[in-house]
Amino acid sequence: MAGAVGAPVVTDSLAIETRALRKVYRSPPPGMTPRGKNGPVEIVALDGLDLQVRAGDFFGLLGPNGAGKTTTLGILTTRVKASSGAAFVAGVDVVTDGVAVKQRIGVVPQRPNPDRSLIVIENLVFHAAYFGMPKAEAIRKAQGLLDMMGIGDRGAAKVDQLSGGQQQRLMIARALIHDPEILFLDEPTVGLDPQARLDLWDLLLRMHGEGRTIVMTTHYMEEADRLCQRVAIIDRGRLLACDSPRSLKAQAPGGTRIELTLDGDAAAVAQQARTHSGVLRVDAQGAVLSAYAERPGEVLAQLIRTAEAAGRAVRDIHLAPPSLETLFISLTGRKLA
Amino acid sequence: MRPSRPPVSASRVFLALLSRDLRVARREIVSFLVRSTLQPLLFVVVFGYLLPKMGLVQRGYGAALLPGILGISLALSSLQSVALPMMADFGWTREIEDRLLAPVPIRLVAAEKVVSGVLQGVVAALFVLPVARLIMGPIDALSFAHAGTLLGITLLGALAFSTLGLWMGTGIPPQQIGLMFSVIVAPMIFFGCAYYPWQGLTPVPVIKYAVLVNPLVYVAEGMRGALTPALPHMPWELVVVALVVMSAVLWSAGIRTFERRAVS
Repeated sequence: MAGAVGAPVVTDSLAIETRALRKVYRSPPPGMTPRGKNGPVEIVALDGLDLQVRAGDFFGLLGPNGAGKTTTLGILTTRVKASSGAAFVAGVDVVTDGVAVKQRIGVVPQRPNPDRSLIVIENLVFHAAYFGMPKAEAIRKAQGLLDMMGIGDRGAAKVDQLSGGQQQRLMIARALIHDPEILFLDEPTVGLDPQARLDLWDLLLRMHGEGRTIVMTTHYMEEADRLCQRVAIIDRGRLLACDSPRSLKAQAPGGTRIELTLDGDAAAVAQQARTHSGVLRVDAQGAVLSAYAERPGEVLAQLIRTAEAAGRAVRDIHLAPPSLETLFISLTGRKLA
Repeated sequence: MRPSRPPVSASRVFLALLSRDLRVARREIVSFLVRSTLQPLLFVVVFGYLLPKMGLVQRGYGAALLPGILGISLALSSLQSVALPMMADFGWTREIEDRLLAPVPIRLVAAEKVVSGVLQGVVAALFVLPVARLIMGPIDALSFAHAGTLLGITLLGALAFSTLGLWMGTGIPPQQIGLMFSVIVAPMIFFGCAYYPWQGLTPVPVIKYAVLVNPLVYVAEGMRGALTPALPHMPWELVVVALVVMSAVLWSAGIRTFERRAVS
């Protein structure tokens, strides 16, 4: 599905590289709460991020909201200024040569931001013109992309007449019309219905198959697992892990994650549970006890008995097979979404 | 790695951005003209036609009024042609992003907006001049002998107000824009020497010199120099220098706020 998962490196050339990338917002980024009473609030969005994306990779930036994914994309696409550190796209420094970077990239924003003063096809034709494409070629390519996106009959419509999903597809068409080397997508499937999401996945895999580097942010584990060759897990502006989904899952604390929600603090129960045979690892956070085990059926009964012996009732039980999600929780102690 | 398209020249991108704005402007030409010329033309109807007919205003007032009306239309249209789209462009969805991603320095995107504002100001002026003249009837002092000066003042005035539009459109928080239009634009029009010549303020020296910060004063006076040269007006050298300096100051203020909005 995701092409060559864990395939050998075909080329050494890097599509993207960041070194100790740091971003501090002195005023809150758009959409966040305004400044506090004691002057501007400082928000550290990126805290020394080092990333390497090989040319031709389908690369995922995975993390919860506020992890710094959008800020990273913003810097790489010249729309956000880094506070310190360096970032290169296709070997070009985004700070000193933003124009050359923009020449090589296509960007699909988190929220569709079409040019509402223009009709649908003009959104594509003018965008192509900004990249120097002759008009006849632009119109031909625009119609072809609209057809491919399943909105070929909406070219003359006003943008506001498109549904949210259609606007999203228009954004993808716009990001593709100038045939960029590297395609950036910021949470492209948020707000799409399940079928539209599957369609978009197919489309992205096709775009990747044509030789493009794709960098996508997401907070859906399944999406990263299905699409990406390599995934960087980031949280609070830092890189926690970066590898193929398969290797990352192998790094997850083995076995199935057993999550017990108790009626009180789980620390004492966790202490006891660590002595059980067959338990690989136990964490306690408040009333939630997380244990990892290869044979969850056997361990579960033991855990419940231990909890009850400690005077705690079990309110809820949840089992999760090894996944990027279990890795993320083991790395951060928090859930993704 | 995929080969990318050959680099495109900045001038070509500039023309593409401009043709986008002109496409939008052409589509909205009626609302554009109403927005920027209805108010000045209503003023012409009352003060250039009705009041003279009633004998409440001297017939010669039209000669002082016409250049000022031209100045107001030019100012409003250039200012709004830049400031209003900026509001939407940098609004919730940041519609301008597809232009910020064009492979040129983002200053060029701002400069293109200003040029588009200048062109729309010229269109508004070209529309208002004959209509106002028609409403007012013949004006003795009116002369078209200085068409070159007229054009030059029109372009410079439009430049000053387009750069003001850039600054207002990007520097003022969207929720305060209505207030700022009332606080800045209304006084600018009434103290812009549009409805009376600057010379006429001599009895009130405080106001006479305070209004010199107002770019509309120079546009209106420049228009007087070009259209009714026989009547008192500011020397055109002063008008040109003032408009050039004001445009430069407003551009440097506007580009700073534009860049702050464009790159976070």
